[in-house]
Amino acid sequence: MPLDERHAGDAAALLRVRGLARHFPIRNALGLRRGSVKALDDVSFDVRPGETLGVVGESGCGKSTLGKTLAGIHRPTAGSVLFEDAEIAPLQGAARRVVARRLQYVHQDPGASLDPRWTIRRSLHEPLIVHSGLSEAEREQRVRGILREVGLPPDRLDSYPHELSGGQQRRVGLARILTLQPRLVVLDEPTSGLDVSVQATVLKLFRSLQRQFNLTYIFISHDLAVVRMMCDRVAVMYLGRIVELGPTDAIFKDPRHPYTRSLLAAIPRIGGPRVTDGFVLEGEPPSPGKLPSGCRFRTRCPNAAPQCAEADPPGRTVAEGRVAACHFA
Amino acid sequence: MAAADILAVRDLAVAFASDAGLAQVLDRVNLTIRRGEVMGLVGESGCGKSTLARAVLGVLPENAARIGGGRVMFDGEDLLRIGPEEMSDRVRGRRITFIPQDPYGSFNPLFSVGDQVMEIMRWKSKRRPEGERGYPRARRAADRAEAIELLRQVQIPEPEAALSKLPHEFSGGQRQRLMIAMALLPQPDLIIADEPTTALDVTIQAQILRLLRKLVKGRGISVLFTTHDMGTAHEICDRITVLYAGQEMETAPVDAFFVRPAHQYTARLLDSLPNPDREIREIGGEIPRLIDPPQGCRFHPRCAAATDICRSQRPDERAVAAGHVVRCHHPHEGARHAA
Repeated sequence: MPLDERHAGDAAALLRVRGLARHFPIRNALGLRRGSVKALDDVSFDVRPGETLGVVGESGCGKSTLGKTLAGIHRPTAGSVLFEDAEIAPLQGAARRVVARRLQYVHQDPGASLDPRWTIRRSLHEPLIVHSGLSEAEREQRVRGILREVGLPPDRLDSYPHELSGGQQRRVGLARILTLQPRLVVLDEPTSGLDVSVQATVLKLFRSLQRQFNLTYIFISHDLAVVRMMCDRVAVMYLGRIVELGPTDAIFKDPRHPYTRSLLAAIPRIGGPRVTDGFVLEGEPPSPGKLPSGCRFRTRCPNAAPQCAEADPPGRTVAEGRVAACHFA
Repeated sequence: MAAADILAVRDLAVAFASDAGLAQVLDRVNLTIRRGEVMGLVGESGCGKSTLARAVLGVLPENAARIGGGRVMFDGEDLLRIGPEEMSDRVRGRRITFIPQDPYGSFNPLFSVGDQVMEIMRWKSKRRPEGERGYPRARRAADRAEAIELLRQVQIPEPEAALSKLPHEFSGGQRQRLMIAMALLPQPDLIIADEPTTALDVTIQAQILRLLRKLVKGRGISVLFTTHDMGTAHEICDRITVLYAGQEMETAPVDAFFVRPAHQYTARLLDSLPNPDREIREIGGEIPRLIDPPQGCRFHPRCAAATDICRSQRPDERAVAAGHVVRCHHPHEGARHAA
């Protein structure tokens, strides 16, 4: 059952996702289909204008597939995606590019996608040439304004990427996306692999850009401490499903789904006792190609009961604005 | 070095040749590990933690790395003064073993796990008499039984069947368990673990950290554990040394390190960790280039407390409490605000 049946959704939502699925075929040695990986399976949620929605979970939970499907990199197998009240799930080609301007996807290191043979000016003008009808003077004005917002001096426009530090390249990569004036930005693991001091700088930049450009973020990350700091609401994913969704504070203080509880229990608490001395979730997630019957988490769940093997628990409202997919939540 | 210490690195200097010049990757670094202690070596990318770990293992790249001086005293013997053959025959893989960051890259994908485990036991087992070339059946059987027992202790399901599987048949977490077993097999005195849980998910990471700590503590083995992740260091270490741009800044017992850091850099580093209760705090500035590093304390260009002496002289070691040593001219006073 999709989450929205009991969770009516927000009338003012910027993005409304219903029953979204993305399955990847598993083929044998002859290329014949012998099953599918349900990387994303019946996912529903809303994103409100101006908020940051965190998407957390471990490898294989589907959080990256979700981001890429929303961004149009993967075609959904089923489901609906309403962006600014228009259905975008089936769009491709030119029709999709019109939407793409306002719904941008940022991968791990946006600086790495700069063309090494182009000056920064050319890299920043290019998206505007493709997507807008602005004159060169108008483009230059917008590019300079955005460069200032990401904290780079205008003399950098004539530099090549290799003349910039990694952090500056990242800022140019973000500036490039912002020239198109997006409303919704999907940030896919934006701090993965960064040192903590660099991470602090990057997070601060995301915050100031959000205020400056009135952005809405979907913040995909495996780092729960970062998500707690950055996000208004959080969706916790496990094996292709959202198992819990709600306001960040509520989820971190009072997690309802046993998977969320286990995940939070594994985060080190600096300055406190070792968390690994206490409870630790046993086992590993099953292969997404061979899901267990009923609840997907039951093979590792400390509270699993017979009914968990029989029925897949639907997402249901467990408190104001909070949804959990567990028989006992 | 004191008898209670298994490893004492003193004034170790290592430089790397590059096209742009000589990078001063380690600048007269000191590091001490006590017997049975898990010592964390933390710091950001490029701080020199992997170079230090490799120097102890004796696996620095010969064509690029220049050891500019210092000693690596292991159980009373300077490892920089013994030849590469003796190092590989007598020390590395036997008395000092290694757990890598990427276990898949460290297995041979074409041989079963059992073949690779038994290869270690053939040459590095405690049962092997000095100079034995063959592998007598009795020793092989005893070694195999020990390997199976160890796989059971690292919680590999059906350990006997696991020996005949290929590395790719295991998940990332299980491969790291196998690596831990292989590092323990020779019954070493010291294990060097280089970011062994970085690639793992948080729940698997917690399992591996708990397992590793239990196994080494039960056997009295010392560990040098490098990581850039403060949470990981908090979970596994007894003491922590923090490196910045090739200089060690501070060494402290784990609780003091996080609650009462004495070095300005440590305090700023911990402040930059995500904290939901306050705004984001940056250190400001960037990590220096090691080809032409700052004189004196290499943190001084980013340090609010820096004075003239910091720009000219590297601070000496200063003890601020038992087991807590800082190299700073202006150590931070008092406790840090709650983390």
